[in-house]
Amino acid sequence: MEIKLEKFSKSFGSVKVIEELDLTVGNGEMIALLGPSGCGKTTTLYAICGIHRVSAGRILFGDRDVTALPPQEKNVGVVFQSFALYPHLSIYENIAFPLRIRKEKNADIERKVREISATLYMEHLLERRPGQLSGGQQQRVALARALVRRPDILLMDEPLANLDASLRLEMRTEIRRIQQESGCTSILVTHDQVEAMSMCDRIALMNNGVIQQIGTPDDMYHQPRNKFIAGFIGNPPISFIDGAVENGQFTSQGMSFGLPDNLKKASLTSGQKVSVGIRPEHLQPGSENPVAGEVTFIESQGREILYDLKLGDGQMLRSIQSGARTCKLGDRVTWSINVNAVLFFDAQDERILPA
Amino acid sequence: MEDRKPNWLLTLFLLIISAPILIMYFWLFIDSISEINTDGLWPEHFTLRNWRFLYEDIDGHGNVWKATLNTAIFATSVVSIVVILSSTAGYALSRLRFPYRSQFLGFVLLLHSFPSVTLIISIFLMLRLIGLYDTLVGVILVKAALELPFGIWIMKGFYDTVPWEIEMAGLQDGASRFQVWYKLVLPQIMPGIAALAIFSFMAGWSEFVLPLILVPGSETKLLSVYLAGLMIDDYLSDFGLFKAVGLFYIMPVMIFYLFTQDKLMNIYGGGTKG
Repeated sequence: MEIKLEKFSKSFGSVKVIEELDLTVGNGEMIALLGPSGCGKTTTLYAICGIHRVSAGRILFGDRDVTALPPQEKNVGVVFQSFALYPHLSIYENIAFPLRIRKEKNADIERKVREISATLYMEHLLERRPGQLSGGQQQRVALARALVRRPDILLMDEPLANLDASLRLEMRTEIRRIQQESGCTSILVTHDQVEAMSMCDRIALMNNGVIQQIGTPDDMYHQPRNKFIAGFIGNPPISFIDGAVENGQFTSQGMSFGLPDNLKKASLTSGQKVSVGIRPEHLQPGSENPVAGEVTFIESQGREILYDLKLGDGQMLRSIQSGARTCKLGDRVTWSINVNAVLFFDAQDERILPA
Repeated sequence: MEDRKPNWLLTLFLLIISAPILIMYFWLFIDSISEINTDGLWPEHFTLRNWRFLYEDIDGHGNVWKATLNTAIFATSVVSIVVILSSTAGYALSRLRFPYRSQFLGFVLLLHSFPSVTLIISIFLMLRLIGLYDTLVGVILVKAALELPFGIWIMKGFYDTVPWEIEMAGLQDGASRFQVWYKLVLPQIMPGIAALAIFSFMAGWSEFVLPLILVPGSETKLLSVYLAGLMIDDYLSDFGLFKAVGLFYIMPVMIFYLFTQDKLMNIYGGGTKG
C-alpha cells in the first residue's frame, strides 16, 4: 500500500518539529528515514502509525485518509527500538497478542503464529519469556509480532540499534528478506547511513525536520543536493576545502586545480567563494592535479588504510587507499585528486551542478 | 542460585540482635498459657483459662469473634478500596496529561503528611453529619482515605518504571487504552500491587485511634478496641487474659507477614524483577 504525507507538520507546544513535509512511499517499497538524532524522523514515524497526533497536513494510506485515525484503526505493524515485548507473556502470546485483541479463533491464531515463527526461524522459542531471549531473538519476536496480522505498512524505529555488531549485520539481511517476501510497504528510521543504504530502496535524508533529499543510495552518495547530505552520507566522511574560483581554477591557500570541463560552463563567476567536497577514495597516489601535504593520521582498517592529509593552510583532506602502507606519520606527500568526482558547493551550501 | 551454604556467623549475629524481640514474643506466649504470679517473673502452672475469651464473652466487652469479623471486614475493605483507587489513580498520574497534574501530586503528598489524630475531631463531626458515625462503612472510608496518598504515590512509582514503548506497542497491536492498562501494564506492576495490599491490610488490622473514636458501639467494635477496652477496665486486672487476647490479635499479622515478607521488600526495591 502506498503511503503519502502531504504538508505534514508536527509541533509540540510552541516547538515546531516538522513543517510541511511531503513524502511518498511506493507500494512494496522500503524507504529509510535517515538523519542525525533530533531531526524529527521518529516523530514522523509515530505520526504515521498514529501515536502522535498530526498538527497539520494529511497522511494517506493508498486512497484512504488516515490523518486523524487512532493507532488501533490503522493496520500498521511497528517494531520499536527497545522491541517493547510484553515481559509477562510467553513468546507465543506476545506474537498472538494482536490476533487475540481482534478476537480471532484459537485455531487461526495457532496457525498464523506457527507460520510467522517458521519464516523467522524461531519456532523453538515460542514457550519462553522475553527475558530469556538474546537481543537478536527479541528482535525477531518484535518483527513477528508486527507482521503476524499482515499489516498494510511496517514501520521500524532503529530496529538494529540495540544489537551488537555481528547480529546487526545478520538482522540487516534478515529484515530485508522478510520485507521483500511479505511485500509490505516499509519505513525504517535510522541514524546509521550504512543501515539505510544497505537495506532500503530509497533514502529520505532529514535534518531539522526537513527532508533534504530523497533518492536511491547511489544518488545520495554521488549526487548530493547540498553540503549537509554530502557530509552525512559516506564513511569515512567526505572532506571539505573552502576556497574560491579564479580564472577557471579552484584555489585555496593549500591547493588549487583546474575546474573539470563540465563545471566550466556552470554559473561560476570569477572570485566566487566555493567549498569543494572530496571523498577519500578520490584522493590517491598519482601526479595529475597534485596536492601536497603532511600525513598526520594513519588508521589501518584491514583491507584499506585511512590517511589524514594536512594541507599548507591547515585544512584537512582524507584519503582511503587499498594495498600496503606507502608512507608513515609525518611524511610530506603529493597525491592526486580525481577532479571529475569533486563536488562543488556555493556559499549557501547548495550544490553547484554541472551544466 | 546463590551460595546456599548457611553462614553460621551471620545467623548467630542476627539471632543475638533479634533476641530481645524473640524473647518478648516467646514470653508473651508462655504467659498466655500459665497462671501469672504478679510479683514474680516466672510463670507457674499451665492453664488455658486465659484463652476463655474465645468461647465466652467477657462481661461488658462483647464477643471476640464479632470483633474479629469486624476487623477482617474493615481491613479487607480498606485493602480493596486502596488497591483499586491507587492502581487507577497512580496510572493516571504517571501517564495521562491533565491540567494541574503536578500540583495534584504535591497535594496528595501533603495529605499524607497529616497524622490522622489531628483530623479526628473534624472527621468525627463530618461522620455525625452524614450519618456514618458508629458504622463500619464510615470508618472504612476514613481509613482508606488516609491510606490513599501513600498508595497512590507508591503505585505511581511502579507505573513510572513501565516503559512507554510497551503501551505504544499495545495500542499499535489494536488494544484500547483500557485493554493496554489491564492486559499489559497492570501485570508488570503486580509486585507493587501485592506489596500495597499487604501494607494496607496490616495498617487496617492494627488501626486503633480511628475505630476507638468513630465506632465505639459494641456491634461495630474492632479487635484493637476490644483489647484496649479490656486493659482499661478497672474491674479486670487479668494480665494473662490481656496477653492471650494480644497474642490472638497479632497472630494473623504475623502469619501474613511470614508468607509475604519477600513481596514487601518490593515496595522499597520498586518495579518488576526479571
